Amino acid sequence: MAYKQYILVCGGTACESNRGIALFDALKKAVAENGLVNDVQVVRTGCLGFCEKGPIVKILHQDTFYVEVTPEDAEVIVKEHIIKGRVVSRLLYDKNQSKINVGIEGIDFYQKQFRIVLRNCGVIDPDKIDEYIARDGYKALEKVLFDMKPQDVIDEVSKSGLRGRGGAGFPTGKKWSFAALQPAGQKYMVCNADEGDPGAYMDRSTLEGDPHSVLEAMAIAGYAIGASKGFIYIRAEYPLAIQRLENAIAQAREYGLLGEDILGSGFSFDIEIRLGAGAFVCGEETALLASIEGMRGMPRPRPPFPAVKGLWDRPTVINNVETLANIPVIILKGGLWFSKIGTATSKGTKVFALTGKINNSGLIEVPMGTTLREIIFDIGGGIRGGKAFKAAQTGGPSGGMIPPQFLDTPIDYENLAKIGSIMGSGGLIVMDEDDCIPNIAKFYLDFTVDESCGKCAPCRIGGRKLLNYLDKICDGKGTHEDIENMREISEAMSRASLCGLGQTASNPVQSSLRYFMDEYKEHIDGKKCRAGKCKNLLRYTIDKNKCVGCTACARVCPVNAIAGERKQPHTIDGEKCIKCGQCYEVCKFHAVNRA
Amino acid sequence: MSNLVQLEINGIPVEVPAGTTILDAAKAVHVKIPTLCHHPDLKPWAACGICVVRNSGSPKLLRACCTEVAPGMKITTHDSDIVSVRRTVLELILANHPNDCLQCPRSGICELQKLAADFGIRENPFPAEVPNIPVDTSTPSIVLNPEKCVKCGRCAIVCQEMQNVWALEFIGRGEKTRMAPAADVTLNESPCIKCGQCSAHCPVGAIYERDQTREVWNALRDESKYCVVQIAPAVRVAIGEAFGLPPGTLMTGETYAGLRRLGFKAVFDTNYSADVTIMEEGSEFIKRFTGGGKLPLITSCCPAWTDWMEKYAQDFMDNFSTAKSPQQMLGVLAKTYYAEKMGIDPARIFMVSIMPCTAKKYEISRSENMFASGHQDVDVVLTTRELARMFKSAGIDFSKLEKEEADSILGDYTGAGTIFGVTGGVMEAALRTAYCLITGDAQPPSINFEAVRGMEGVKEATIDIKGTPVKIAVAHQMGNVEQVLDAIREDRKAGRKPRYDFIEVMACRGGCVGGGGQPTGATDEVRKARTAGIYTDDEKCVIRMSHLNPQVQKLYAEYLGAPLSEKAHHLLHNHYHAKKIYAK
Repeated sequence: MAYKQYILVCGGTACESNRGIALFDALKKAVAENGLVNDVQVVRTGCLGFCEKGPIVKILHQDTFYVEVTPEDAEVIVKEHIIKGRVVSRLLYDKNQSKINVGIEGIDFYQKQFRIVLRNCGVIDPDKIDEYIARDGYKALEKVLFDMKPQDVIDEVSKSGLRGRGGAGFPTGKKWSFAALQPAGQKYMVCNADEGDPGAYMDRSTLEGDPHSVLEAMAIAGYAIGASKGFIYIRAEYPLAIQRLENAIAQAREYGLLGEDILGSGFSFDIEIRLGAGAFVCGEETALLASIEGMRGMPRPRPPFPAVKGLWDRPTVINNVETLANIPVIILKGGLWFSKIGTATSKGTKVFALTGKINNSGLIEVPMGTTLREIIFDIGGGIRGGKAFKAAQTGGPSGGMIPPQFLDTPIDYENLAKIGSIMGSGGLIVMDEDDCIPNIAKFYLDFTVDESCGKCAPCRIGGRKLLNYLDKICDGKGTHEDIENMREISEAMSRASLCGLGQTASNPVQSSLRYFMDEYKEHIDGKKCRAGKCKNLLRYTIDKNKCVGCTACARVCPVNAIAGERKQPHTIDGEKCIKCGQCYEVCKFHAVNRA
Repeated sequence: MSNLVQLEINGIPVEVPAGTTILDAAKAVHVKIPTLCHHPDLKPWAACGICVVRNSGSPKLLRACCTEVAPGMKITTHDSDIVSVRRTVLELILANHPNDCLQCPRSGICELQKLAADFGIRENPFPAEVPNIPVDTSTPSIVLNPEKCVKCGRCAIVCQEMQNVWALEFIGRGEKTRMAPAADVTLNESPCIKCGQCSAHCPVGAIYERDQTREVWNALRDESKYCVVQIAPAVRVAIGEAFGLPPGTLMTGETYAGLRRLGFKAVFDTNYSADVTIMEEGSEFIKRFTGGGKLPLITSCCPAWTDWMEKYAQDFMDNFSTAKSPQQMLGVLAKTYYAEKMGIDPARIFMVSIMPCTAKKYEISRSENMFASGHQDVDVVLTTRELARMFKSAGIDFSKLEKEEADSILGDYTGAGTIFGVTGGVMEAALRTAYCLITGDAQPPSINFEAVRGMEGVKEATIDIKGTPVKIAVAHQMGNVEQVLDAIREDRKAGRKPRYDFIEVMACRGGCVGGGGQPTGATDEVRKARTAGIYTDDEKCVIRMSHLNPQVQKLYAEYLGAPLSEKAHHLLHNHYHAKKIYAK
């Protein structure tokens, strides 16, 4: 039954946690109360990407895009837009707009995006397999099973130039062919959904919004390499993605798209979900395999590579969620089509979770080769509060800090490596003038030190030592010798660590020493933090000439460090001050100095 | 040949079988790549990052311990680039290691100390940060000092994979990683069987034997005590290593002499009581085999093995020989038979045994049967390593000592007694005697039972005793044992007669020669040399069957009556008790 109108409500974790569930219920209630249940369907979709402005509601037929919608807005959307055909301007991204059919074209956030991976996110109800099928879902699997030999599938994927989206960018077709070349017998296809970078949620959103695309791709990969069994390794802290995956697997089995003799082709493939406890290192493929096997998640040496000796010593291919989500499209549109998108060495698109000091944070998908400037200033709408851009970190804690001079570098695997960062899985954190570089490096090291598995000496000990040096520098006690020691440790960590985590853990340090040495020097020589983030380097004083004696600062000071009579200039006792900055925030007369 | 790989190491061409690691290929051309976590007994774990090398054409470093050779590789093992990375890694490890080498049990034989010396580390640029974790002294056998641990993983892998004990685990994550029993119970509350293989494999002083030399020094000085000592078979072929002699050098007479110089009033040999064990255990076997008793009979000389059985294989408790181990037999005989004969008050006798084993420290008080003389039968156990230290601190120039003889009446031994120190030895000794006792022949057709010898993890054979087949199995290294038990369990389940009549188990690889209390650094090469030393000792003996030992015959004639007599039962046999795997 076709409805006259569809109201799409974003069901991603960000929107749902921002009263999105209540909004969905309110819209359904409003539709029912207005007697429209047979004409209007309210659909909960996957992530629409524009998380900054969530919860998002999209009215399908007019392509109207409402942002920051609350449950209280449901009534007016139904009454005004659905019944009377009048746009609710105050809920539009551009509040001055009055045309009803201003779709995402009117929103800068979507202008430079190109969606392959996220093609169904925000479009279909992820809990309904029929909606996926209606958008050509499982057509690629059908094509593969009936019109292609396993080698043809590998050739097509190789032709596309697709490279692993999980970090290192290994060519996917090549990985598959290694496993396919192993003698027949039990082989495994594993989907790595152990996304763990702080601030990254590409894979979670993909699974929440379009779980079937990953299931279909796994079956295709299974066919190509000769595996009959697949595992999705996903962290337990992604409950919504897990729930949607479980539902999708059950539906696919019911439709005969997973399980024995798929579509009568003779090919059997089934998928099991394995929950991880959230260790970052379990995103490293050999640690991930150990975890699936029920062992402690610790990496083991490679070779042998998992494609030769993986899960329970059987040939195993491990692909990340985003890599897999590309596969059905590559099969249907052809490797050649895919290979025309992107740069010479990096094909297709890349999904980024754009966060940090940016106006439009959210989930974006852009062709490889898009520049940082386009991402940050065009899509992201620039730096929040008009502040100056300082750096962008790609690749999460394993990546490097990219300074302004590389804003126009086209982003692909090689270019990022050249400037000391990595593609990683797609976290992209933007920093502005208020961020202190040694402090940011500290933040990342703190994460990797905590997440190191502890097996390998360079990472286990080196990471802690780097963190201690950064602490020392941020405390104003650093020396130039410390910097030399940090360089030495970083070199040893990146070259002598066993796994990717250890090999890349020093990247934030190495890149920041390379591009932001002046900030380190300021901390060491000048005992100064220009961003005002390093507490021990701060001194708060009150400008006698500006202070009017309003007592606001004295009242907010938690340690009674501020003294002064009413209407008389106040003073701060530096001994007592704990540098919490509350006086600085509260002063309306800019009389509190921070230096 | 297609399975040979040609490559270059530091410009030297080398040809090795495919599958060889770069580390081993380098050894073939006498290039020593430094390692810390690597141990030849274990598959590469790749934890430390010291063994990095470089292949031409890539700045990437490879781990020599776990990277297999590939045709055409051009490996550089040492240049300023590589050494500088290695040095940094080593400095990082040293920064988290307490610098108290002078008081460390591994001083002088520490692999980390040696690396630091080889690298010429004089000062460490990185600030020291030593975790403060309490020492685990809960077991009578081994001490776990986590402060010194370099997290190489050897102990946990040995405990789990080689020994199938699963007492030690990786606990905590990242910098909080340490080796300890699961759920943080103490070692004594864990499944630990005290075999001490962890301590024999630890590269540093993080896990080591409980040192009891001071107790022995004090006893030797105490005039109210009459100190006697026994030495186990495997000690004599290993103790020389601590004095620079090659593994396997037979030092029986020198050890007797050294012990007398320390002040022991009588020096006995556990090989003598091994002969007694054969009388008891051999008779027990014959009784069960010919009289329809419970089979298979399983040897029980190894206390680590009996501890494992009491925890993990209680369904085999009735299969265990009730005969005590030779150490315990000698202890009780010293405080009864010997004391009586010599007219010494047994309360004064202080019995020290020198063992290749840490579990023996636990055995001496493991049950009430260990006090059969009315006193604790053995007072203190020293490992081979501790005895070597005593000799050194007593200024004994061990390798130059004149050989001496053991003391009568607990000193003479046969070749069958000495082979107790190697895997298959107890079985072989038992077969030599059992054959004669069953058939009445003077000796078996071949005195050597080759089928039970060697490093194979499980050895099976059918011995023909004049038409009667005796089916036996010999297993060593705990990780190899469960398959033998499972085979019997399978037979039981199917209601079949068990496939073996007699099973010998030793917990350590190679048997006691590879014991957890032996000088560190044992590899298969070392174990084989020690084993050869034991067989040499056997061949040198004029009498090579336990029942022909005149002093043993005298013991039965004058004191015990016959094997399995009531008196023998009281003094020389014991019982087993089911235990929880985790005591807590």
